[in-house]
Amino acid sequence: MAETLNGLGVSPGRAAGRVCRMAGPPELPAPSPVTDADAELALALDALRATAAELAARAEKAPDADAKAILEAQSFIADDPGLHESVETSVRSGRNAAHAVDEACAHHRRALLDAGGYFAERAADLDDIRNRAVAAVLGLPVPGVPDPGHPFVLVAGDLSPADTVNLDPGSVLALVTEKGGPTSHTAILARARGLPAVVACRGADDIGEGTWISVDGQLGEVEVGIGEEAATAVQRRAEEDRLRKATSRGPGRTSDGHPVKLLLNVGSAADLTPSGHTPSAEGAGGFDAEGVGLFRTEFLFLDRREEPTYEEQVAAYAAVFRAAPGGGHVVVRTLDAGTDKPLPFLGLAEETNPALGIRGLRVSRVRPEVLDTQLDAIAEAARATGAEAWVMAPMVTTVAEAADFAARARARGIARVGAMIEVPAAALRAGRLLEELDFLSIGTNDLSQYTFASDRQHGELADLLDPWQAALLQLIADCAAAGQAAGKPVGVCGEAAADPLMATVLVGLGVTSLSMSAPGVPAVRESLAAHSLERCRENARLALATDDPGEARKLIASGR
Amino acid sequence: MPERTVVVASSTGLHARPAKIFVQAAGKQGVPVRIRVGEGKPVPANSMLAVLALGATHGTEVTLEAEGAGADEALDSLAELLARDLDAEENSRG
Repeated sequence: MAETLNGLGVSPGRAAGRVCRMAGPPELPAPSPVTDADAELALALDALRATAAELAARAEKAPDADAKAILEAQSFIADDPGLHESVETSVRSGRNAAHAVDEACAHHRRALLDAGGYFAERAADLDDIRNRAVAAVLGLPVPGVPDPGHPFVLVAGDLSPADTVNLDPGSVLALVTEKGGPTSHTAILARARGLPAVVACRGADDIGEGTWISVDGQLGEVEVGIGEEAATAVQRRAEEDRLRKATSRGPGRTSDGHPVKLLLNVGSAADLTPSGHTPSAEGAGGFDAEGVGLFRTEFLFLDRREEPTYEEQVAAYAAVFRAAPGGGHVVVRTLDAGTDKPLPFLGLAEETNPALGIRGLRVSRVRPEVLDTQLDAIAEAARATGAEAWVMAPMVTTVAEAADFAARARARGIARVGAMIEVPAAALRAGRLLEELDFLSIGTNDLSQYTFASDRQHGELADLLDPWQAALLQLIADCAAAGQAAGKPVGVCGEAAADPLMATVLVGLGVTSLSMSAPGVPAVRESLAAHSLERCRENARLALATDDPGEARKLIASGR
Repeated sequence: MPERTVVVASSTGLHARPAKIFVQAAGKQGVPVRIRVGEGKPVPANSMLAVLALGATHGTEVTLEAEGAGADEALDSLAELLARDLDAEENSRG
């Protein structure tokens, strides 16, 4: 008997298969007295050796060189004689196997953190080894993404970036999480990989291992207990759908020919190189776009303790400009450091409320030279490659900030200067901003967070972060109207742009470009081609008039 | 006790691949070798975690020590390894 669960659809598409659950990190039981220290030591060391072997086996199957190197290093550390020695010391002082592994890992973790610099970056490896080895000692399921040897739907509480480094798109059919919101790591990863996903799915924790389920990543519906035959039918339709989309090409257009630029969100040149991850057979299907609408430059420098040099930046930006589709049209966002992506080399002080503190453009209040060097490097890379590089600043809040940024960029010969709209204050003054700037790009993830006063990673508040919330759409409508009045482009580069239904609403509101992860482009292109501009405007009116986001989505999906 | 003091030549220091090459080589010696920075506590050279925790970057002076038969040969070969830029060798290969 099938049962339907409802969550937030965050990555469109349908898929069905058997459930594999991801176990969380094991908790330590209360310490117990040790009667046979040799047996405890053997148990602990066997667990570490098994962990090393498992990590080495995963490294062999790693989808890319980076993941392989990470897993090899972890395997090597799990086998480290120094770690084994610490475990022995701990057992001899009366700890049982699980506690000894925990204590030894904690000891070495601290030592690495004390060493500082890039040595400290290895500390996270010990967390993973600790979790795996403690689970092995306690006979609990191995934490992390399972590897059952057949395709599966991954069901978890939530997914962290570390969980997903080894996610094999060949075996994971879809993602369902009990927690998480539309801007959680799960959602972003799913869209980047083109996997259907439903987050904030109440009841997902109770879905049993091995159950056949189907996932609708558009409507946010999960059907539990459908049976193998129904699952096969869903998979067959999904495959046909994929093949059709893989052949989709060309610029974005509504059915009556209204142009909407379809652009890519990238973090480096690697995101512009077709890899084995793309679902289409030719690989290039997802990369037929009209340029890059969001180049997140900070992704090149995450974890860096030393500021990247001017020369290094020129080379990294030039690589993206050369790889970009659409004749090298690239919108470069200057460094966006913040709560979820600290840049160690900036040396920013800890803040009690970092989302409301020194982030984005505000960093240039304390480190103005970092922005100046970056603008110099962008200008030079654009000159060297002949790319049509536009720049925009993140977290612009006032007209004065926009004017200052524009002056600094234009002084370096950068022709088109814009701002991200993430702060409601900026959205409310979009018309004035466009007197200083050439374009706006709306970051729906942060604009939601700041408009609804809800942390983007907060699972309990996912409903408030739903991009179908009418208040968010109202702010987008106001920005788009300001753009039309000024005759200047206003795009959306938040992940909402990748939702094929939402894309029709955004176009109806007057948005001129949609920028998203490459796998999202074909579905959006197809959706726009199936709607006239008037129909998009009708969808926009309907969405603005509907207070309940779920209701708005269903109304527009059903074509009423 | 026989010792060798040498300056770390690899551009990333004793980290990532250079650290792995050094630790693996230390593990293959016939005698236990220890490594320290300045007058710090000597740690086993065959432990990746211990070697990483030294925090030895490019240009750091480290001291290797070992005792017993074959100690001198072991120290010579490991000191020679540290005096080479293992990052550059990797790049020229790749």
